[in-house]
Order: sequence, then structure tokens, then C-alpha cells
Amino acid sequence: MEFLRPATWEEALAAKAEHPSAVPIAGGTDVMVEINFDHRRPTHLMDLNRIRDLHEWEVGDETVRLGASVPYSKIIDQLATELPGLALASHTVGSPQIRNRGSVGGNLGAASPAGDSHPALLAAGAEVEAESVRGTRFIPVEEFYTGVKRNALAEDELIKRVHIKKADGPQQFSKVGTRNAMVIAVCAFGIALHPETRTVRAGIGSAAPTPLRATAAEEFLNAALEEGGYWDSGKVIAPSVARQFAELCSGACNPIDDVRGSAAYRRRAVGVMARRTLGWTWESYRASGMGRTTEGGAQCA
Amino acid sequence: MRVTFTVNGRRHEADDVWEGESLLYVLRERMGLPGSKNACEQGECGSCTVRLDGEPVCACLVAAGQAEGREVVTVEGLADYARQRDGGERDGEAAGDAALAPVQQAFIDAGAVQCGFCTPGLLVAADELIERNPQPTDADIREALSGNLCRCTGYEKIMDAVRLAAARADQSTQEVG
Repeated sequence: MEFLRPATWEEALAAKAEHPSAVPIAGGTDVMVEINFDHRRPTHLMDLNRIRDLHEWEVGDETVRLGASVPYSKIIDQLATELPGLALASHTVGSPQIRNRGSVGGNLGAASPAGDSHPALLAAGAEVEAESVRGTRFIPVEEFYTGVKRNALAEDELIKRVHIKKADGPQQFSKVGTRNAMVIAVCAFGIALHPETRTVRAGIGSAAPTPLRATAAEEFLNAALEEGGYWDSGKVIAPSVARQFAELCSGACNPIDDVRGSAAYRRRAVGVMARRTLGWTWESYRASGMGRTTEGGAQCA
Repeated sequence: MRVTFTVNGRRHEADDVWEGESLLYVLRERMGLPGSKNACEQGECGSCTVRLDGEPVCACLVAAGQAEGREVVTVEGLADYARQRDGGERDGEAAGDAALAPVQQAFIDAGAVQCGFCTPGLLVAADELIERNPQPTDADIREALSGNLCRCTGYEKIMDAVRLAAARADQSTQEVG
């Protein structure tokens, strides 16, 4: 094994082009587990910790440009206003020790269906900035996950940043596990209200081969909210609408039975999380004056 | 490969380090610092918790080469680290008394050590909590220690120990002030 230590992003891209099998390592919270357990013996390990750009973020008018290595603890402490759903999801990652090292870039690189950031990224709307010596691509996050632990990166590409839409309304995240810390999701759910476009987006984790958006559920809910005049009136969402949304979210799942839970349980739990998080976000929307303020609500689940 | 970094204020060097080796392995097996414990090797148990440039991390998940040029504090250096942070020798406290950090003394006094395997990681995590948040609530303590497992089911005494360490730190601050 060879240990590569690029000092700049350009050096990292050149190294990845020269050694396509090089495994990038930032926080190491996934990669080192695989190495410690002898599940992986890459020819090259490429340390990205020296590249400062990857640890930085910029808050723009529309998006947060989040460096791939920004650890979860920074997202929780510094970006909870702009990215409330992702901050909530980040808070459920591992433990303080893991959150000090792990990053959204690593979550995307590993592309586990159970990665905690995925439902929040799907709900908020995000693009992955992938770069190689050949150039830069912006990949919508929906298209980034291609299979179990597979993603859309070419072998010479690295994740530079994730461009995440700033919250324009309340967001929530919910996750099922056996305790409050150190839990790989049995299943997870992210939801974001977008009052500016009068849409709702929902992301599901750990209930299909890839993280996915519940598009049929979103379309149903968007139509029901529009037809019922809910965005203007801010009235309580009818139980029948919430129930149908929850059922469609359950229906979007394609889960398996495994040690963490059964397929039937996952489907059921996703529906429950969908209904509850819709209720929580809608209450925040009503409480905030129905979109007349731009503050994203980040109430505790 | 060779790796060089600072551990507990001293420059350490290790040769013939395998590229996939963890910081934990280098500390324990190559630098003679077995205080940080090796248990799960997957970041679940926290018994290998060290400070890397000040931040608590699982040393089993840091590649040794990633520590190059950086500052590591392990449980072996916790007393010195705490003493320097708290402003060196204060009146009535001889330098020799700093064989233990206040959080270590509190763990002993509260009976928070059973088999002792989880203790080094808990001490590093608890010390960092009190440094960052001198008056933690019970919820703060539980959160800060949520990445450290104790299989002797000793959490209640551990909670007592952290409360005690925080209370003593608060008291000594008031006395000084």
C-alpha cells in the first residue's frame, strides 16, 4: 500500500488520475473500519486532510457550498440555520468522536443506503460537485446514488463540494434505531417544506438499495396542499391527506429483511416518520407566520 | 513509512509504519503508550479516544499518516494537559500533585472505575467536555460520553464522577476569582 499526501486539490486530482484505484480518506470513519477488518486493501490510500479548501464552506444567496471534508460537528454548530434538516441528521451520526471526523463528502463517497445525510440532502435539494483532471461535473444528488454502496463518480473523480439549497421553510429529520447514539439507521426520513415554490420534498434512507426521494408522495402532497389552499390559509393538514402521504412514502420503499429490521417494519416505520415529520414541519410553518418569515424551523424531534 | 507527530507535548517518531496502520496501533505498539485501549476497531466503543489537534477522535479510525505533524493528547498526558490549561501550578498545589488530572481524581473518588478498560477513553472525553462546557447538565454529559461504552454498566458512577469534576473545577475557579 502507498500513502499519498496531496497538499493541494490539484495534486489530489493528479494523483487520482494517475492511480484510479486510490481510496480517498478524510475522516476515516468508514475507510479505516474496512482496513482494520481486512475488508479492503487498496493499492493507494490518499489522505485529503491536508487540503484546506475541503474543510471550508460558503453561504451564498441560494445555496451553501459545503466542502467535502467539513465534519458533521461543524454543520451542527455553524449551519443549523441554513441547513436545518442536514444539521438534525448530522446530530444522529455516530458519536461526538465520529462527528468530529466524518463528513458529508465521505457519506456520499461511501454511498451506503443507511448514510444519515442522504435523506436530508434529498429533501433540501443538492448537487454534488465532482471533479477530475478532465473537468467538473454537477450531479443532482438523486442521480448520485446508483446502487448499494455505489455512486456516480468516475474512477478518476473526487468529490470537491456539495451545493445544498438553503432552507426556505421548515425541515425535519427522523431516524429509527435502538438507541440515541452510535446507531446505523434501521430507516430514516427527511422532509423539507419549500414555501417559495409551494412544494414539499421527502427523502428516504435505509429502506431501498439507494437513498431515494418519495416522488409519488411529494406529487400527491403538493397537489393536495395547492387544491386545499393550505399554503395561504396555513390550516391544519387534513388527517386523510397526511395518511395518504404516509402510505405513498411507505410505498416508495423497497426494503430488505436484515439484522437491523424487517422489510415490513421498515415500510411501516417510514410511513410513521413521514406523517410525524410532516406534522412537525407544518406546525413550524404555521407558527412562523406561513412563510412570511424566512427562518427555517429546527425544532427538536 | 515514517511518521512524526507530537504526543503529549513530545515529538515522537515511528519507522516502518504500514500505510494502513491506525494512529491507535502506532501509539500502543510503536510508541509505548498503551493507555488508549483497543477494543472494537470500528469507532463504536470510544475506548481509544484521544485528542487530535484538540478534538476528541477515535484513534482507531485515524490513519497513522494522517497524524503527521499534528498534536495528539492521550490519557498518559491528560494530567499535564489539564495542568497547563488550568494555568500551571496554583497556590497550595505542588507540581507533583498533578500526577492525576482533576477528572481522573474524580473518577477514583466517585468509584467510577470498574474493570478500567473504558476509563481512558471516558477520561479524555469527559475532560474535553468540562474544558468546553464547565457546567454541563446531565444531558450534556450523556451526549458528550455517548460514544464511550462501559460494559461493567458503570454509567451512574461515571455520571457522578463527571458532575464531581465539574463541581470541583467550578469551586476552584470561584476561590481563585
